[in-house]
Amino acid sequence: MAKQELLKVEGLKQYFPIKGGFLGRTVNHVKAVDDISFTIYEGETVSIVGESGCGKSTTGRSILRLEEPTEGKVEFQGVDLATISKRQMRDYRKDLQIIFQDPYASINPRQTVASVLNEAMEIQNVLPANKRRARIEELLETVGLLPYQADRFPHEFSGGQRQRIGIARALSVDPKLIICDEAVSALDVSIQAQVLNLLEDLQEQYNLTYLFISHDLGVVRHISDRIIVMYLGKIVEIADKHSLFENPQHPYTKALLSAIPVPDPDKKKERIVLKGDVPSPIDPPAGCRFHTRCPFATDKCRTEEPKLRTSDLMKEGHEAACHYMEEISAGAMQPNY
Amino acid sequence: MSEETVNHPVTAKKVNPQLESFKQFWRRLAKNRAALIGGIMILFFVIMAFLGPWIISTFTDWEPNKTSVANKLQGPSAEHWFGTDSFGRDIFTRIVFGMKLTLYVGFLSVFVGGIVGVILGIVSGYYGGKVDTIIMRLMDVLLAFPGILLALAIVAVLGGSLTNVIIAVGIFSVPAFARIVRGSTLSVKKLEYIDAVRALGASDFRIIFKHILPNVMSPIIVQASLRIATAILTGAGLAFLGLGAQPPAPEWGAMLNEGRQYMYEAGHVALFPGLMIVVVVLAFNIFGDGVRDALDPKMKK
Repeated sequence: MAKQELLKVEGLKQYFPIKGGFLGRTVNHVKAVDDISFTIYEGETVSIVGESGCGKSTTGRSILRLEEPTEGKVEFQGVDLATISKRQMRDYRKDLQIIFQDPYASINPRQTVASVLNEAMEIQNVLPANKRRARIEELLETVGLLPYQADRFPHEFSGGQRQRIGIARALSVDPKLIICDEAVSALDVSIQAQVLNLLEDLQEQYNLTYLFISHDLGVVRHISDRIIVMYLGKIVEIADKHSLFENPQHPYTKALLSAIPVPDPDKKKERIVLKGDVPSPIDPPAGCRFHTRCPFATDKCRTEEPKLRTSDLMKEGHEAACHYMEEISAGAMQPNY
Repeated sequence: MSEETVNHPVTAKKVNPQLESFKQFWRRLAKNRAALIGGIMILFFVIMAFLGPWIISTFTDWEPNKTSVANKLQGPSAEHWFGTDSFGRDIFTRIVFGMKLTLYVGFLSVFVGGIVGVILGIVSGYYGGKVDTIIMRLMDVLLAFPGILLALAIVAVLGGSLTNVIIAVGIFSVPAFARIVRGSTLSVKKLEYIDAVRALGASDFRIIFKHILPNVMSPIIVQASLRIATAILTGAGLAFLGLGAQPPAPEWGAMLNEGRQYMYEAGHVALFPGLMIVVVVLAFNIFGDGVRDALDPKMKK
């Protein structure tokens, strides 16, 4: 099956200006996302993982132009979303939807479920007004709610149910790509599983493509086809799920994966604990951004920025940004804890 | 599909959050004795403004501008409850007829100032950047003048009349509304549901009026109810200086000024209009405070 490109992000940068001084001039930038590129193919689920503040949510928001990207291309089916006018973008919003993290903040508390969904359809003019009610009830059933709940207000629902309403809202305009921004992080574990399964069912049913943003590696492992690991605004590793979990190459990915709890009390595992804190994205370290915390860092890492590349040990499509992947894998370099 | 959805009976009671929050607001307001008294007084003043003149002209032959030199500067009596002024006009009648003018200035100027201020504040908060800077610096300029001085300057330019007083007091209410609404807009626009409707492609107009405005309504209501008192006071102040409604209109501020000349011989001429201004302003102030406490219990401390 030939894979069709749906979304192609190229050199995306998102800098937030820091205003300061007497006249409110821009004194510096928070480099939330700094030159990242990746491609999402139709029908797949791509996850972005990384710790707080690494720019994963910002990436999602930049793609949707909820923040105007500073630089770079966001090609959706060949159209660069970053440069078209706001009015044109409005039409494309139908194809790209987002599900938010906090189910309590993502629905206007003054609207009933029906009016939330109706408004979505009204904005995008999806259906003639007289057919919308039937569609609303159908959507509610699709996401596992009951049609009679349409006239209720958000506060009458639980967190999991609200998240389903958020999903229904995203679905109401028949999108092709849905960005799930920490869509299950705020839910109980049991509800997380239900919502994840719902998302998987919907993907099959509507041929959806997901960009799944999460810090929860367990969730990511469950749902993804491919995974992007971000650190401080950069992509450090990108691979299909199996390669990433079985053959991680970047020291940061390794550290991240070693933090997954294993449900076996007898199993001894090597836990890689990173030193220090994530450096500030205002003034990111030169060279490899991870060098301040990397146990293998050398002088080269401090000056030269590694590019994403595939080494001999990696499958096609698996890329990592580290100067010393080969040496580390061969055991030629010892970690310096 | 899951247990979280099946346990609701079909005949669940409908709860409308708007109605519910209004009920809650009402309960809190009713608990506040002072605010309730303020509210009742305001209600009484409004009824008095509408029905008072009609009652007086139907049942008595008093008119606000009927002079009777023989009866000038009489003290309060059974016939003239609040006494008479230097032209022998019945002060009580004039006060009742003046009520309408006072409330008119108070409500209309706050309404005008509120609408302009709310729009400026929302636009400023929503768009941010240069628009925000320009609007807010403009508001700072207006705020830099003491209120009465600003209103005085505006009326001096426009000329003294009731309409110009309303415009002037309205203008000086604008920055207070703009600031408060801007602040609330900034916090509301960060909420995820605003992002959600933006992601759906909603226009700025829809977001501002359908999603932001209803959620910044409570500070607007509080500000309006407190602002009316200031507006009445400023309006009366301008009239006192001869810049408001022109004589012989029964404007309380103007009446106060007239009474000033007879302070020693007939203090009641100045006393009653002055007292009424105090009582009305006080009523709006305590009511406004009560509304604030009821709408935003966190602000109380």
